Amino acid sequence: MEPFTPFTAPACALDLANIDTDQLIPARFMKEPRSVGYDNFLLYDLRFDENGELKADFPLNEDLNQSCKTILARRNFGAGSSREAAVYCLVDYGVRCVIAPSFGDIFSSNSVNNGLLPAIVSESDCDLLFDAMEGEIKNLSVDLEQQSISIGELSVSFDIRPVWKKKLVNGWDDIDLTMQEEKEISNFQQAYFSRFDWLFNSEDRK
Amino acid sequence: MKRPQTLFDKVWQAHEITRDETGQSLLWVDRHFVHEGSFHAFAKLAERDLKVAHPEQTWGIADHYVPTRSRSLDDVSDKIASVIRLLQDNTKKHDIELIGLDSVHQGIVHVVGPELGLTQPGLLMVCGDSHTATHGALGAIAFGIGASEVAHVLATQTIWQTKPKQLRITFEGDLPLGVTAKDMALHWISQYGADAARGCAIEYAGKAVRDLSVEGRMTLCNLSIEAGGRIGMIAPDKKTIDFCSSRERSPKDEALVHAQTYWNELKTDVGAAFDREIVIDASQIAPTVTWGVSPEEALPIDAHCPDPKEIDEPNKARQIKDSLAYMGLSDGQAIEDITIDRVFIGSCTNSRIEDLRSAAEVLKGRKSLVPGIVSPGSTQIKTQAENEGLDQIFIDAGLDWVESGCSMCVGMNGDLVASGERCASTSNRNFKGRQGPGSRTHLMSPAMVSWAAVHGKLADIRTFKREGEN
Repeated sequence: MEPFTPFTAPACALDLANIDTDQLIPARFMKEPRSVGYDNFLLYDLRFDENGELKADFPLNEDLNQSCKTILARRNFGAGSSREAAVYCLVDYGVRCVIAPSFGDIFSSNSVNNGLLPAIVSESDCDLLFDAMEGEIKNLSVDLEQQSISIGELSVSFDIRPVWKKKLVNGWDDIDLTMQEEKEISNFQQAYFSRFDWLFNSEDRK
Repeated sequence: MKRPQTLFDKVWQAHEITRDETGQSLLWVDRHFVHEGSFHAFAKLAERDLKVAHPEQTWGIADHYVPTRSRSLDDVSDKIASVIRLLQDNTKKHDIELIGLDSVHQGIVHVVGPELGLTQPGLLMVCGDSHTATHGALGAIAFGIGASEVAHVLATQTIWQTKPKQLRITFEGDLPLGVTAKDMALHWISQYGADAARGCAIEYAGKAVRDLSVEGRMTLCNLSIEAGGRIGMIAPDKKTIDFCSSRERSPKDEALVHAQTYWNELKTDVGAAFDREIVIDASQIAPTVTWGVSPEEALPIDAHCPDPKEIDEPNKARQIKDSLAYMGLSDGQAIEDITIDRVFIGSCTNSRIEDLRSAAEVLKGRKSLVPGIVSPGSTQIKTQAENEGLDQIFIDAGLDWVESGCSMCVGMNGDLVASGERCASTSNRNFKGRQGPGSRTHLMSPAMVSWAAVHGKLADIRTFKREGEN
């Protein structure tokens, strides 16, 4: 995974709470292999009308050359299902950071596993950021090391779990980390198997 | 003296392999379920040429995309057939047991796990599905994970997690007649918000929870994620232990005695601390339905939709206006005046035998004014319901009795609610477009869905009970 480095890039403000995973990617697109580019499905039913035409009044549709790297939203972003496809469509679009007062738990961990930063800001700072965006696509800076977000004169801080910050900054992958714990795992397994013997002699497998 | 521990602490501790300097724990996974949607995770394994560490601790179950009108892949679109075949191929390649389309055990993963006895108290279980907390009803730590985590579990049989905060929700007293586990969940989520349990493992406790059947407890735990909580648990008691002792895959003989001894220890110690406590008077809960597009937008059946003009907070008012507009409802409309176009009885939330019995009780000898489908939670439940004659009640009422799968809860298999149509549903999410693009979902208990079917509009189940008494 690419390490997360500071950037300044266009951002888009979506003034909506509870943008759930079914809105991020409607279920009907999830049969597709990743290779088709999940950016085509991002927020599909909010961005497109029944005829597949772009809806003029949806803010992300003003991002004509798909250059936004940050999305600003209201509380409970990514609530709902565990579908990692909700993160794939953001990442494939080019988004590296979502800013909101709160996120769905599973969405957050999926984000970090794909190098996408879920940046938590207070409700009042979120209001300030929305005001500063003025409903337009604007340049916004994100610095993970400093945990800061800025637009023009405005600068606010954000929260991120220390372990997630570390993973994002270093571009670490969990499987590599866990493989280093091989000895611990095998010791654990031995003690565990003898303590919970019924789990392994039972009728589990047919 | 030993520090008092919660049920969650005990199960977590038993699975903790190591903890890193950031406080993250590496946990042992006892049971892992994969489904058709897990193909991204298998692709990740293939990319890195990794093997499955413990294939005997993973099960493949076909549920999300399976057809409910047929059991043949010849009858479905190529794309749907291909994701179902991918699960067959991936499980075969990695020597994982598949409970596939043609299995007598096929069904929805969160129904099949407990039914077969794969779910047991004290286990740590994961699945690439957010409703995995269902298994917590039997006293397991069970949670939904994303595809990267599924790949990690396949490769290592472990998962990294930061220990969540702990929330206890105590339902005191007795539920009124006609009020179910579904209403308990919708009620508390509507009171505290769809992110109330974010970052928390929930333990459900209190008399009203103890009084629930094992099936009802599964419904309650299932909906934990709709309040933002990945994990929901209930301490095992005699009902749980009886349930878990008699399943096809339950431990047998001496192994069962060992298991039961352990299961009996799994409860929260007196004086154990929770980060947060919520207490709810169960006697005050009414039959509850959602009116909006988030599970928190729920109200008692005899209430009126909110009126955004009466809401002071502008963001909140705008959100309510948006939800009402999507749902095609007017400001302050009486909920009992909402007419419906369709019903759905099924999903991992409410498709167990008890759910089908309560839905059938209401429909018996009556006609549904709208079309709809009934999809049992598993093929075994389907057989049981047919043996009890429940299928005939649904069919006589005018509903379609179909095979088991996730079906119209998520619409992946093509069981869809058309754009603009309104569906009374026993499922778990009323998100925009959840049951199909432009679909409108009202969540409620199985009996309430049947009662709505009879009236062609949302209706108060307490009026059915009263007629029954006369």
